[in-house]
Amino acid sequence: MFSEIAIALLQLLMVMFGSPLLVGVIRKAKARLQGRRGASIFQPYADIRKLLLKEVVVSENTSWIFRFTPYLLATTMLLSALIVPVLTIRTPLGFMGNIIALMYLFLLGTFFLALAGLDAGSAFGGMGSSREVAIAALAEPTVLIAIFGIALRAGTTSLDGIITRFAAEPLLMLNAGHLLAFIAFFIVALAENGRLPVDNPATHLELTMIHEAMVLEYSGRLLALVEWAAGMKLFLFLTLLSNLFFPWGVALANTPMTLLTAFLALAVKLLLFAGAIALVETSVAKLRLFRVPELLAGSFTVALLAVVTSFFMK
Amino acid sequence: MIIDATVMFDLFVVTLACFGAGALGALVTARSPTLARIVGHGAALIGAMAALAFGLAGLAGGGMQLNLPDLLPIGGAAFGLDRLSAFFVVVIAAGAIPASLYAIGYTREYAGKHSLAGMGFAFNVFVVAMILVPLARNVLTFLVLWELMSLASYFLVITEHEREETLRAGWVYFVMTHTGFAALLLGFLLLAKATGTMHFVQWQVAAAHLDPSSRNLIFALLAVGFASKAGAIPLHVWLPRAHPAAPSHVSALMSGVMIKLGVYGLVRVGFSWLGVGPGWWGGTILIVGAVSAVLGVLYALVDADLKRLLAYSSVENIGIIMLSLGAAVLFQASNLPGIAALALIAGLYHTLNHAAFKSLLFMGAGAVLHATHTRNMEDLGGLMKRMPQTAAFFLIGSLAIAALPPFNGFISEWLTFQSLLLSFQISAHTINLIFALGVAALALTSGLAVACFVRAFGITFLALPRSHQAAGAHEVQWTMRAAMALLALACIVLGTAPSLMLAPLEATIFELMSAHADVQFNLTAVVANDGFGWVAPLWLALALIVFLMALPLGLRLLGANKQRRSYETWGCGRALQTARFEYTATAFANPFKRVFALLYRPVKELDIEFHPESRYFVRTIAYYNEGRLIFEDALYRPLLRMIETLAREARALQSGNVHGYLVYILIALVALLILTV
Repeated sequence: MFSEIAIALLQLLMVMFGSPLLVGVIRKAKARLQGRRGASIFQPYADIRKLLLKEVVVSENTSWIFRFTPYLLATTMLLSALIVPVLTIRTPLGFMGNIIALMYLFLLGTFFLALAGLDAGSAFGGMGSSREVAIAALAEPTVLIAIFGIALRAGTTSLDGIITRFAAEPLLMLNAGHLLAFIAFFIVALAENGRLPVDNPATHLELTMIHEAMVLEYSGRLLALVEWAAGMKLFLFLTLLSNLFFPWGVALANTPMTLLTAFLALAVKLLLFAGAIALVETSVAKLRLFRVPELLAGSFTVALLAVVTSFFMK
Repeated sequence: MIIDATVMFDLFVVTLACFGAGALGALVTARSPTLARIVGHGAALIGAMAALAFGLAGLAGGGMQLNLPDLLPIGGAAFGLDRLSAFFVVVIAAGAIPASLYAIGYTREYAGKHSLAGMGFAFNVFVVAMILVPLARNVLTFLVLWELMSLASYFLVITEHEREETLRAGWVYFVMTHTGFAALLLGFLLLAKATGTMHFVQWQVAAAHLDPSSRNLIFALLAVGFASKAGAIPLHVWLPRAHPAAPSHVSALMSGVMIKLGVYGLVRVGFSWLGVGPGWWGGTILIVGAVSAVLGVLYALVDADLKRLLAYSSVENIGIIMLSLGAAVLFQASNLPGIAALALIAGLYHTLNHAAFKSLLFMGAGAVLHATHTRNMEDLGGLMKRMPQTAAFFLIGSLAIAALPPFNGFISEWLTFQSLLLSFQISAHTINLIFALGVAALALTSGLAVACFVRAFGITFLALPRSHQAAGAHEVQWTMRAAMALLALACIVLGTAPSLMLAPLEATIFELMSAHADVQFNLTAVVANDGFGWVAPLWLALALIVFLMALPLGLRLLGANKQRRSYETWGCGRALQTARFEYTATAFANPFKRVFALLYRPVKELDIEFHPESRYFVRTIAYYNEGRLIFEDALYRPLLRMIETLAREARALQSGNVHGYLVYILIALVALLILTV
């Protein structure tokens, strides 16, 4: 009982404190690839600390939804951190939901963030909300078909069940369907987290913003919460990609040795993904907004192919 | 639990008596509009509560049989209550209770302009007919009550008959509902003739001896009839016209409850009356459901009329219900009764949930209409500060319909996904592909519904008001708010403690299909197929609340700055903020209009009027971006033109010549003699 609480806490703390580091590593990698020195990988921590010490300025047009949304965003992310098998499959609160419930939990955050974008009554916020929900809506079919593909091979939609099955039978992963599902899910991860080629997280031009435009009005501790929640969402998506598709190293039993191995394995996998994202972001330009549905349609086709190959290879 | 038959019968009689008293009372108090609306709708409220008790008792096991042989010809009137009928009575009553409460306050604005006595009478007849339809046990009883329900709702739809569009809406509704009725009549009569009996209960046994082609024909006719009442594409054209035109409490009832009787019919057709059919029955319903779901939400996304948006959203949700119904029929035909039962539970639970949140949303829209006298979202905005409670209830309804945890829509969509994903247990590639596309359609619908209701709630309630009417809005009367509060509470309870209704539903399905559903649940968790998937909604809700309370505390402990200042929205250098700077409803839907232009086929017009002196100065800019309704253009208009042409040609028969008419009579007599001899 005590060890279960300790493990849940450990996973939670890892997500809470690891996400700014992940964001920092990606930025540093991008900077290096672009020939700059780049800020320290611990800069995001400094940013959050600075924001927490600043006063909050709230638009007089807004309602309680504007002030409530950052807390809700952070809450859904923290809750997801307890459900996703970050280190171990024996997550004590994993019974709260399976992968479908997890995706809907993310959607809950998106819903409120889009409302907050509309709340201030500025055209930028409205534009950001409109684009964000369009992309989220078009990414949904890909997500669920990719989940279908995984569930077909693993025989279950529960997160720890999937990892257990793949870890026990590595041969299940050695086929085209698995790789295709991974590619589709990776593209969705880029879209949902506002990464290039869908959205540029470092842009300062409002007309090119999607996620940033929605949070344009936030300041102080509210902005700190929003940035932190976005970092946690990226961390959780990459953790899902690592542990569902490449489950080596995930602790199957809760002993100190396996947990340490899991921690190191996750760190290595996340580092590799951070490098991959930095590479993708440096190599491709941002897509025109009305080209993004084509990208998402492409990822949907890839996911559907994954499902079809799974059926025909049974 | 054994419930005494006399208790059931007493509840039944009390229900009928209350509605009868309401109908007559409304007519009797015609002189005083206030008394008419309170008596008419108050009696309906009490009657609905009695009906709810009746339905819940039926779900717990109480049955009822009532035969009145002299009331109707050809077999008399026959009523019976089994668990499925009881479930639908519960759905209807659960929708009628808030609607009646809401109507007491809402109809006040009709005093002096329209007959409140007539409205009260029609309302009571409408609700009691809806409650009696699931209880009907032979053909004529069913058809008489069905027609009564349609007529009563027709008169309620055309309440505001001084408006041209309302009359047109009523006319389209009238024609569509009778087309469906014709299909039902034909189907029922063919089935009665083939099985030799008019009684529903005897059909399931007799259906096994039917020959397949006539069974398929009957299935097609009945499915079309019930699908047109439910509002599935392409028989949906009356929904987006009739629901906005009707008064809001009637819209809530029609959208939340009446279209569910189409679902009731489909469940009976798929599982009770015709036995187990071939696979294409389920496949067709599934595909029609998927198409309705996606197209419904796509049309809702681009509509600026708040009530028409909600009507299209009803088409979407009926599509979702038909998706799970079709899956259930298909699973049953593929010999997987456990998963079929799971799919059916998902569909029926969504029926109940939709009744709850759609009624809530329509009531919210009605409150907005009552306060601002406009349904056009382009004229609304800023209502969150002026109508805070209505806004909160509408928000709960939006969260529920977007299927977000911890509300009820999430649970039924989750169950639907689980049943669709379990289709891998079938080993037929075509069926697997159909199910995969069904999953994709449901996922797309889900995402688009989130977008649709961010738009509906955000544009209507948030930021600044876009017109004087919106600026002058104020909160509505307590009866309307109380009705909405009831439904919001239902959404939360059905979402966090789904086992309350899932348990009686499981018993219902077992009675209907003799199969145990592949799902286990207790007060806190729902588990599908022995671990294929699980969710614990109550824990999710509690965890959300705990974290929401812990975060501000944590921030305070960290020493975060507590100050907050209120200032203008950041303007990027502009001088002042007016409502003209806000995003409009049309603009919000623009990305979707472009992505799905193939469906909308938008017609864009840009009229720029320049100052006569110089082309550098613009006087007005008018921008029209209208989507075309493809079903009306491609399907209905040609059909109607063909009928008109036929009718015109047939007019030649009415020559006005008496000798000609005598010849017609002679021909008809000879033909009859030949046919019968």
